Amino acid sequence: MRIHVSMDSAAIALGAEAVLAALRSGLEERGLEAEVIRVGSRGMVWLEPLVELDRGGGRIAYGGVTPGDVPALLEGRLDSLGPTEAIPFFARQTRLTFARCGVIDPLSLSDYAAQGGLAGLRRALGMTAEAIVDEVKLSGLRGRGGAGFPTGIKWDTVRLAQGARKYIVCNADEGDSGTFADRMLMEGDPFTLIEGMVIAGLGTGAAQGYVYIRSEYPRAIAVMEQAVDLARAGGLLGPDVLGSGRGFELEIRVGAGAYVCGEETALLNSLEGRRGVVRAKPPLPALEGFLGCPTVVNNVLSLATVPVIFARGAAFYADFGLGRSRGTIPLQISGNVKHGGLFETAFGMPLGTIIEDIGGGTASGRPVRAVQIGGPLGAYFGPDKFATPFGYEEFDGAGGLIGHAGLVVFDDSVDMAAMARFAMAFCALESCGKCTPCRIGAVRGVETLDRILAGERAAVALLEDLCETMRLGSLCALGGFTPYPVLSALEGFPEDFGILPEVAE
Amino acid sequence: MEPQPAQSEIAALIARHLTREGPMLPILHALREAYGQIPGAAPALIAEALNLSRAEVHGVISFYHDFARAPQGRHLLQICRAEACQAMGAAEMAERLLTALGLDWHGTTPDGALTVAPVYCLGLCACGPAALYDGAPLARLNAARLAQLAGEARA
Ligand SMILES: Cc1cc2nc3c(=O)[nH]c(=O)nc-3n(C[C@H](O)[C@H](O)[C@H](O)COP(=O)(O)O)c2cc1C
Ligand code: SF4
Ligand code: FES
Repeated sequence: MRIHVSMDSAAIALGAEAVLAALRSGLEERGLEAEVIRVGSRGMVWLEPLVELDRGGGRIAYGGVTPGDVPALLEGRLDSLGPTEAIPFFARQTRLTFARCGVIDPLSLSDYAAQGGLAGLRRALGMTAEAIVDEVKLSGLRGRGGAGFPTGIKWDTVRLAQGARKYIVCNADEGDSGTFADRMLMEGDPFTLIEGMVIAGLGTGAAQGYVYIRSEYPRAIAVMEQAVDLARAGGLLGPDVLGSGRGFELEIRVGAGAYVCGEETALLNSLEGRRGVVRAKPPLPALEGFLGCPTVVNNVLSLATVPVIFARGAAFYADFGLGRSRGTIPLQISGNVKHGGLFETAFGMPLGTIIEDIGGGTASGRPVRAVQIGGPLGAYFGPDKFATPFGYEEFDGAGGLIGHAGLVVFDDSVDMAAMARFAMAFCALESCGKCTPCRIGAVRGVETLDRILAGERAAVALLEDLCETMRLGSLCALGGFTPYPVLSALEGFPEDFGILPEVAE
Repeated sequence: MEPQPAQSEIAALIARHLTREGPMLPILHALREAYGQIPGAAPALIAEALNLSRAEVHGVISFYHDFARAPQGRHLLQICRAEACQAMGAAEMAERLLTALGLDWHGTTPDGALTVAPVYCLGLCACGPAALYDGAPLARLNAARLAQLAGEARA
């Protein structure tokens, strides 16, 4: 018998360690032989701690297991959810980036290789740098960190740049509230990220990589550090990657609690040991990045999707998707939602299907009133926008953005004016201070919202003006996009601001 | 006040990171891990080792929430204040705890047992409200569970 217990932060936060201890002692008491394996998360967070039992016929899922459930579980008396992969939330997905997450032991390189890992890198090792970059271009992969910039084009700039040294920097700052895909991947399948970074090195001529992980993710940091050591011992990293004679080194770096350090130039400053202040562009980091050298800065998911593109071919990946949004996107459904978790699917699913059908509506059972998509800088959409298909251009056209693909659900008890105020206050708190519209504007924005909430209607025009100034005058998206949540709340839910919807005159 | 570590000890810790590219943050993290905060003598030693001015080192320390933090209690509870946790009632939950303890955010109980600090997302957004307690993740919290936790911290 094999028993799989998730070691994802979410599972641990919900009591997985106590379940594991009960399992171990329960097995011993009964004199049962079983292999207990720690795995990442299957992404069905509402079912954590998830325990999977394999008696030889495949994995059977048990959800929300408590230590008290363990005797019944071991004696075959506990109700199961059936085969894990037949659970509708799981069965409906297209798992490419997350294919191994929750399946393998995250810290077993042999497990990784047995489940399709390293196939992409082996193929890339036989290709020229130009062919590698072309493959990424053909896949249609766009940056998953928020801006959606084509990954292949970024790599090509670094490939063609002159520089004694070049760097691959993985942005694992994942500061957007409502997002956890980077964390889940690093905790559940870290070698995929490492493999993607090595391929990026081959494609651009970089031999050194850094993963910048936020300090709020202690487990992801620990797993990645172990994975890097194992990768080095296993020949995936070091002076002679898989015996190819090509070298690639990798180091884990830890952030220090500044949201703006997710912005790529602030991240580079932070990595260099400076204040995490945003740099003006140009120069692009691709030309003058870390320590002034050509640098690829990519999100965790962008890099972790590279191995599957190489293993199965660019055309296979590009076949999924909608319009200019190719491939799959790991949606992160959270907040007040019944079935919260990670759902990887081809681009194009309508927002309403994601929230109502996949997510199952609110956890509270009350109607959905608003969904914030794309983190603290993303717009709030009401159910009137539920037909919007999930894609970069489609969301842009509807007045929003997909960002890092987090969807935060709110029921009808939400106070949207409080959420707008929070967005401004967050911007004021996290502003790097480089430009006035953001540094001063966000503080004024909070004051102006307070005036509106105190009943001063005329302040609404002031707030709109201020948002326009921030939108046009900010150096980066922290100041530039904070108007999205603020104005979408104001426009979509005016009644919460003490303003009645305009009556036809 | 904690006794201040010896200068030589701090200098040795700094020296361990000097071969890295961009050693500043690794040094500051190592100091905080070792001493719970950045020791008063450290900025001058870092400045010397990295060939920077002390003002530059102070500038870096003050920029980051993790390093600028005031001295803490024996236990640290970091409660998520971000949107997904708010959608599950995190704001009211945190307010109740702070009121019961008579604290503001970043405050420490008078017995020095517990510091309550805000954090903005822990990646536990699908099982909020969430928190870190001395670095361990907690989820699906409520006011009663927090009160119990605070009681244990102060016991
Ligand atoms: C305020 C701010 C915060 C950001 N935070 C992140 C982040 O946490 N993770 C991330 O990958 N990108 C973040 N970005 C986007 C990065 O600047 C950059 O576009 C991205 O890392 C590029 O990688 P990609 O092309 O793979 O998406 C942020 C941008 C801004 C303006
Ligand atoms: S918009 Fe804000 S965070 Fe971005 S550069 Fe300007 S001050 Fe810094
Ligand atoms: S919003 Fe609270 S953990 Fe992400």
